Amino acid sequence: MRALWTLPPVTRRATKVWQRNLDVFVKTWKVNFFPPFVEAFLYLFAIGLGIGTYVGMIDDVPYVNFIAPAILAISIMNSAFFECTYGSYVRMYYQKSFDAIIATPLSIEDVIAGELLWGATRSVISVAAMLPVFAFFGVISLPFSLFVIPLAFLGGLMFAGIAMCFTAITPGIDTLNYPAFLFITPMVLFSGTFFPLEILPVAFQYVAVAILPLTHLVAVTRMFTFPALSPMLALHLAWIAGVTILSSVLALNLMRRRLIT
Amino acid sequence: MEEIIQARNLTKRYNDVVAVDEISFTVRAGEVFGFLGPNGAGKTTTMKMISCLSPRTTGSLAVFGMDPEEHPTVIKAKMGIVPQETNLDPDFTCAGNLTTYARYFDIPAAEAQARSDSLLAFVQLEEKRDVLIDKLSGGMKRRLILARALINNPALLILDEPTIGLDPQARHLIWERLRLLQAQGNTIVLTTHYLDEAARLCDRLVIMDSGKILVEGAPADLVKQYVGSEIVEVEKSDEVMACLSRLGIASENVGDMVQIATESARDVAKALLDLCQPKRVITRQATLEDVFLKLTGRTLKE
Repeated sequence: MRALWTLPPVTRRATKVWQRNLDVFVKTWKVNFFPPFVEAFLYLFAIGLGIGTYVGMIDDVPYVNFIAPAILAISIMNSAFFECTYGSYVRMYYQKSFDAIIATPLSIEDVIAGELLWGATRSVISVAAMLPVFAFFGVISLPFSLFVIPLAFLGGLMFAGIAMCFTAITPGIDTLNYPAFLFITPMVLFSGTFFPLEILPVAFQYVAVAILPLTHLVAVTRMFTFPALSPMLALHLAWIAGVTILSSVLALNLMRRRLIT
Repeated sequence: MEEIIQARNLTKRYNDVVAVDEISFTVRAGEVFGFLGPNGAGKTTTMKMISCLSPRTTGSLAVFGMDPEEHPTVIKAKMGIVPQETNLDPDFTCAGNLTTYARYFDIPAAEAQARSDSLLAFVQLEEKRDVLIDKLSGGMKRRLILARALINNPALLILDEPTIGLDPQARHLIWERLRLLQAQGNTIVLTTHYLDEAARLCDRLVIMDSGKILVEGAPADLVKQYVGSEIVEVEKSDEVMACLSRLGIASENVGDMVQIATESARDVAKALLDLCQPKRVITRQATLEDVFLKLTGRTLKE
């Protein structure tokens, strides 16, 4: 059995799995495209007209401008994470799609790589739906905010990889609720999203920076939408890239271990 | 004749369970080769190893002269697989399933469209072209899976229980199509536990049980060799049993009947009717089923 950290063989055939998922997405694009679009409006009204009026300014920016990048980052995370947990699990277990595809020249590594690319693409699509809304209301600055689109692919790939590791080891679809509630929900709240990380105890800040991937994604997104670039950008991106590579490699090898017996 | 599949002492172990136990067989170009056996005999595991979907534990295996673990991409490109479990893509229509599958084989879109149309006609599903998979009956799904397995014009077709759960009409259509494919020069490997299916379709077959191959040969030869040509069945009453032993006729108990294998059912039946006064006598041809039950036993396997 191959070790879990060896580099898996992936070929360009992975794009055919990506294409399959895109075809399905396009067929039902109305159902798929509007949630992030509407979500952007909901957050703007709730935060902008609601909480925002009490909070006023954070770090010299209006509160709604402070959380807009966090909403984008959370959307990047959720799109890829839920696509590659519940979505991939349904295709793997209930639809037996992976079994059907590996009977063709594609390998299981190609299939999973295609799923990860698709998860990242879902993140890009979400951001592409939300950006115009935020730009229209002037809560993000252009053109720098456009960098969030390629960032969505990288950040999406990271969360797709992490998600696929859970999918590879989950005994059933119900147990995918654990990472959703114990990993995703805390990140939504404590990654410097709705309030600055600095107001938390120092020990907690270290934990957030060390193990909560969303912390880095929020930080980078914020640098782009304010815009407020700093040398920290490179560190955050390196952290994201590193975790993306590790989680993707692990996901591919765990999936082979699960499906090829 | 060219050897398409060659297995020597092929073995598959899952932890402590031996699923396939040192089997050896050769499948030649252009033949229909069958794997028969009760549930859990190791047929599906063998199919998976041939299809490059499951690595073997020990032994050697060559498909098109290549090792499935070394060259899975090349082998799978020349192979069509009908799995036991229906795994059509529910997100697509019938035609969508075929064209999406064609893409995995690098078949250009226009060509895929043409092949999809002709294959839907081949399995008589033209009218279901734009229907989603959920709306198909079980028989239609199996036919579509067969069409899907043919999308890459495979030289070797692997079918795991191709007609499981189908009504007689659907089974006959699939059999007819498989014979047509054989006539076109395809090599076909199939598993089944329908013995009439095996007897009709297979040029040669093996009977497996508990991971081992028990016998190998042409269906008719196996029947002749292991059972004889005809069977007489008569009810199992004390009078008949006593009569049979008086006449020195060997018989086998099957439920409330006894079976007598013979070269001439007519003579045995006449003797029985004349001398034993049975209430019920049935004469019939011996079948593969008799061989199967003789070799694998009559007790339930699962």
